[in-house]
Amino acid sequence: MSHPDAAAAFLADPARAAWHDAALWHVRERRDAAAGAVPGWEALRERAAAVRRYALAHLADHLEAFERQATALGARVHFARDAAEHNALVLEILRGAGAKRVVKSKSMLTEECGLNAHLARAGIDVVDTDLGERIVQLREEPPSHIVMPAIHLRRAEVGALFHERLGAPAGASDPAALAETARRHLRAAFLRADAGITGANFLLADTGGVVVCTNEGNADLGTALPRLHVVCAGIEKVLPRAEDLPVFLRLLARSATGQPITAYTSHFHGPRPGAEMHVVLVDNGRSALLADPALRDALACIRCGACLNTCPVYRRSGGHSYGTPVAGPIGAVLAAARDPVRHASLPFASTLCGSCRDVCPVKIDLPRQLVALREAVRARRGDGPAVRLGVRLAAALLARPRLAEAAGALARRALALVPEPLWRRTPWGRARARPPLPRRSFRALYRGRRE
Amino acid sequence: MRVALFVPCYVDQLWPEVGLATVEVLERAGVEVAFPKAPACCGQPFANAGHAAEAARLGRRFAEAFAGFEHVVGPSASCVAAVRELAHLGGAAAALAPRVRELCEFLVDVLGVASWPGRFPRRVGLHPGCHGLRGLGLARPSERMDAPFDKVAGLLASLEGVELVAPARPDECCGFGGTFALREADVSVRMGLDRLAAHEAAGAEVVTSVDPSCLLHLRGLAERRGSPLRAMHVAEILAGREPPP
Repeated sequence: MSHPDAAAAFLADPARAAWHDAALWHVRERRDAAAGAVPGWEALRERAAAVRRYALAHLADHLEAFERQATALGARVHFARDAAEHNALVLEILRGAGAKRVVKSKSMLTEECGLNAHLARAGIDVVDTDLGERIVQLREEPPSHIVMPAIHLRRAEVGALFHERLGAPAGASDPAALAETARRHLRAAFLRADAGITGANFLLADTGGVVVCTNEGNADLGTALPRLHVVCAGIEKVLPRAEDLPVFLRLLARSATGQPITAYTSHFHGPRPGAEMHVVLVDNGRSALLADPALRDALACIRCGACLNTCPVYRRSGGHSYGTPVAGPIGAVLAAARDPVRHASLPFASTLCGSCRDVCPVKIDLPRQLVALREAVRARRGDGPAVRLGVRLAAALLARPRLAEAAGALARRALALVPEPLWRRTPWGRARARPPLPRRSFRALYRGRRE
Repeated sequence: MRVALFVPCYVDQLWPEVGLATVEVLERAGVEVAFPKAPACCGQPFANAGHAAEAARLGRRFAEAFAGFEHVVGPSASCVAAVRELAHLGGAAAALAPRVRELCEFLVDVLGVASWPGRFPRRVGLHPGCHGLRGLGLARPSERMDAPFDKVAGLLASLEGVELVAPARPDECCGFGGTFALREADVSVRMGLDRLAAHEAAGAEVVTSVDPSCLLHLRGLAERRGSPLRAMHVAEILAGREPPP
């Protein structure tokens, strides 16, 4: 489904749409308050942007350094070309350790690769342990937001789901009661797991460390109990130096939710004694993105979700309207860069208002990338003959002031003659009155004024 | 000082009063206004829709028409921002980019106008318009943490009797977005109605902007809903016009 159609379906329930918009705007306000409380916030963004660009400019070197350091710490580092290789590798690692029950903390990469479905087909039970992720997993739907996966659901809907799937009492919508149900349910999963999968927020090239930020402590719990820890991460996650990390930890949670820092920042430096740690580094189109000068900056993203929260289109169309693992402006860029034909409507799902560029902690120029992708979509799909002709005609007309004036006068008169019921069936006229249609254009009036 | 007037195609066709008000404001500010024969359009709609070749062709011809002028001034922030973006074409376009300014920007930055003589005893809501706000830097966007400023609000606030009201989410996009208004009509309309509601709730009688495209969208929505809110361009207010009935 194209974005406009999915957005129309979302907006068909105005109360839900208004609530979704308000909920995410509230997060944006919390972000503003948190950012405003940090002296030199803009300088911090500048710094983060520079570090990420440096990391990407020397990505191969940093990855090799990370591999060296992590290996020296006793972890095993694997490289996967694409989603299929990643999924196969993870399955092989799990099978090698005889793991059948897996707990997984939040990882957008495994969403991107479709890991859960792959493991399920192989008879492995995967439980997402991030509360929001678990909710959407139980509902068998994708997350609608990278930081708040179940932000599209209301508490009562979560209560109904827990009643149906987890045996909680009917009609519960009290957050504390819902959290208690989830805690009991997840605690059992943690205790019987034989492997823990986590994502990674940052990979530290100079120490071989893996840093995971969560609010629920589920990455710690999921890796502290089982003997096997598998980290799944995109190759772009690497930071050159551990010393760079504080810049990002200051920016990440404030940009994401307005918290000064996530409740847990877990550092993994090699396996704990008697345990195994594997790091699977995935390309899956990232090298191609890195090779594209117009789009490579998208790899600087630290997945804070601030561009989603501020995006007036995302807030009013919902994460699922994008039909991609990552929604919002950054999701539109990543998806359309990968497959401009399949995701042809996404670069156009933006007014180019630019708020995403200004909230982004690493200063990705998302509007510029969206415009570049509009061109890419056109280049790949081609225009129909009608569009081609129309664009050429319009461009030729507008280049010639006299012709444009005559055509404009005609068009104004024609527009005035369109019967109202017909006008109300046009995309502009459905909710908007006709624009003013003056008898004389500015040019004509200006000439009159001079004479 | 002589200034070339840049009246974008849609203002020329749909809202000529904005062009006339711009001329009056400039003349009252003591500059001589010229209106060179230029292509009707700077090419922005083509650039934003992904038609780079047409945009470049129009942009070059547009820039050549203004080659002889030290200052080019227009009443549409998004078009001015688009002309600045033409710099990448080099030649006349690159030379034009730093000389083109939005009306209020020109008054404040070039002429050094700090207050505007006039009276407008109304409650006014200012819609910043994203391209003026972030493209031209006419004010500090709400998500930025540097020191706040607002060039357009400064001029408006200097009018006698005016009351600037503060809508919630003061600089949220109105949803016009060029072809977005048609391609994504449902989201566009929802965004516009939300902006109208915010201005109405703040008690505005008039919503104003330096972007006539945003205003045409908001005005169309307001008119259809029978809202008492009136849309006026900032140039009309500075020129001393009354709100439409």
